[in-house]
Amino acid sequence: MAEKIIFRKTGKRPTPGDIVVLPIDAAMAHDGTAPLMIKSFEAMGAKRVWAKEKAAFVIDHISPSSNEGTSALHKMMRDFAAAYGVTLYDVGEGICHQILPEKGYVFPGGVVVGADSHTCTHGAFAAFSTGIGSTDMAAVFASGKLWFKVPETLRINITGTLPSNVMSKDAIIYAIGKVGADGATYKAVEFTGDAVKRMTMDSRMTMCNMAIEMGGKTGLIASDSVTRQFLEGRIRVPFVELAADRDASYSDVLEIEAEKLEPQLSCPHQVDNVKPVSALEGMHVDQVFIGSCTNGRLEDLRVAVKVLRGKRVKARTIVMPASREIMLGAIREGLIEELVKAGCAVGVPGCGPCVGGHHGVPSQSEAVISTTNRNFKGRMGCADADIYLASPLTAAYAALYGKLAIPMGV
Amino acid sequence: MQVIKGKVWKFGDDISTDLIIPGKYKFKTIDFNELARHAMEGADPQFSSKVSKGDIIVAGENFGCGSSREQAPVVIKHAGVSAVVAKSFARIFYRNSFNIGLPVVECPDLDDSIKTGDTVELRLAEGQVLAGTRTYSFKPIPPFLMTILQDGGLVEHFKKRGGFIWEKQG
Repeated sequence: MAEKIIFRKTGKRPTPGDIVVLPIDAAMAHDGTAPLMIKSFEAMGAKRVWAKEKAAFVIDHISPSSNEGTSALHKMMRDFAAAYGVTLYDVGEGICHQILPEKGYVFPGGVVVGADSHTCTHGAFAAFSTGIGSTDMAAVFASGKLWFKVPETLRINITGTLPSNVMSKDAIIYAIGKVGADGATYKAVEFTGDAVKRMTMDSRMTMCNMAIEMGGKTGLIASDSVTRQFLEGRIRVPFVELAADRDASYSDVLEIEAEKLEPQLSCPHQVDNVKPVSALEGMHVDQVFIGSCTNGRLEDLRVAVKVLRGKRVKARTIVMPASREIMLGAIREGLIEELVKAGCAVGVPGCGPCVGGHHGVPSQSEAVISTTNRNFKGRMGCADADIYLASPLTAAYAALYGKLAIPMGV
Repeated sequence: MQVIKGKVWKFGDDISTDLIIPGKYKFKTIDFNELARHAMEGADPQFSSKVSKGDIIVAGENFGCGSSREQAPVVIKHAGVSAVVAKSFARIFYRNSFNIGLPVVECPDLDDSIKTGDTVELRLAEGQVLAGTRTYSFKPIPPFLMTILQDGGLVEHFKKRGGFIWEKQG
């Protein structure tokens, strides 16, 4: 599918390993990467942004700012956005990878670059979407094009029905455990199979989001009626159904039988250090975080509320919706009220404690169950904390009991 | 730039960008000298005070995995490191390194016999790492990336040439 998108853009049939130059349909930088991008853009002496409507800034990583230094960098972004006419999504709008699809930047067949490694999320909409650095982004803002190495594709085929206590997060953690942290380096990771077909957009985004955790360049899922339903009324180009050709070639295939999956954990300090929840049942938990570009969507909050409604959490629990739209949806459905009543600290839409800058840095030797995508040493701001990645369902159970428990289905 | 020689600092596999420059610092400043004081802090807290100008990092698989933060190769360069050699790199870190003018060499044949304190010589054009009596071969860096590197990174490349080398290829 990656090759198909590239073929449509260049008119030349690509071979994995080729270097191609692609026109960019959407480009995004956030408060962790935009300041350096601005520095490079200005140092290059670039005069204008190639296409204002395709460029976006998002303030999400340390949002709202927790210190003067960060505030100065945020101001630098606001000043640049005003001067060059770039749309800036400010404090409270949410996480870049949720905002781009919500605001219509992402569409099937599009080429999306983000100065953030989890830009692979947008492959859930059948876009070729990958993370780049700040200076590459400056080149994109200046020229609207960028070079890419045509990736091989790893196919992950998930068939059957997921057990009721297993979410797409468990499937992707399991897959990362099998493939390894660098097993898909430079490859596109395409998710196929009837289990994927039946997944909501929220669940699909969770899986594509973590393609980078096996080194993947992009995640990819064919676009269908589920994709259409999400994108209609948001995108400014006609919707197309895009799937891999029947004779598409893959460098490797991982088959996963959904029925056989059980709830999974990424254990400290590597995402590919995977164990089933059952192996660590009863482990004490100090903090739970439900949110992020991986699992801060409405479906995730609904699952948490199903577990916590009318109960009281035993572990410190932080919940952050991934965007303002999701926050509003959660308010309308009464989810926020239930979470607050259950004792959760519900915060402003944004990246929250995931990157360790603010909003919930754990203490030494604390165990954290987090619905995020990385558990590297020091990730959440404390090098001596243990971070376990899990589904929102497993996280909600950990919040409820103050220890790891095998979740029941919802 | 064709031949780089220096003293080795050895690291293992999966050195993530969170180990190279923890996220808590990168959101506060883009002052590279300030950030460079924390270079490799997660893997070796004393690294920035021990490293000397011209030293070379030698590492295992998947160096620079994790986030897209360009601050990672930047702090390594500003700490004085002249090049990074690893068995493999995460792709965003690899691109970023050329863009900011840090030579990186992917050499899958490296074995574990190179140690901290050894001296290695990188011959970029020949695709060779020389370590004592041993020689390891690697696939030479693609010419367009070598051009960007020789120009001093992507910013200097654009200033010098008024465009990007790949635009001519597209």
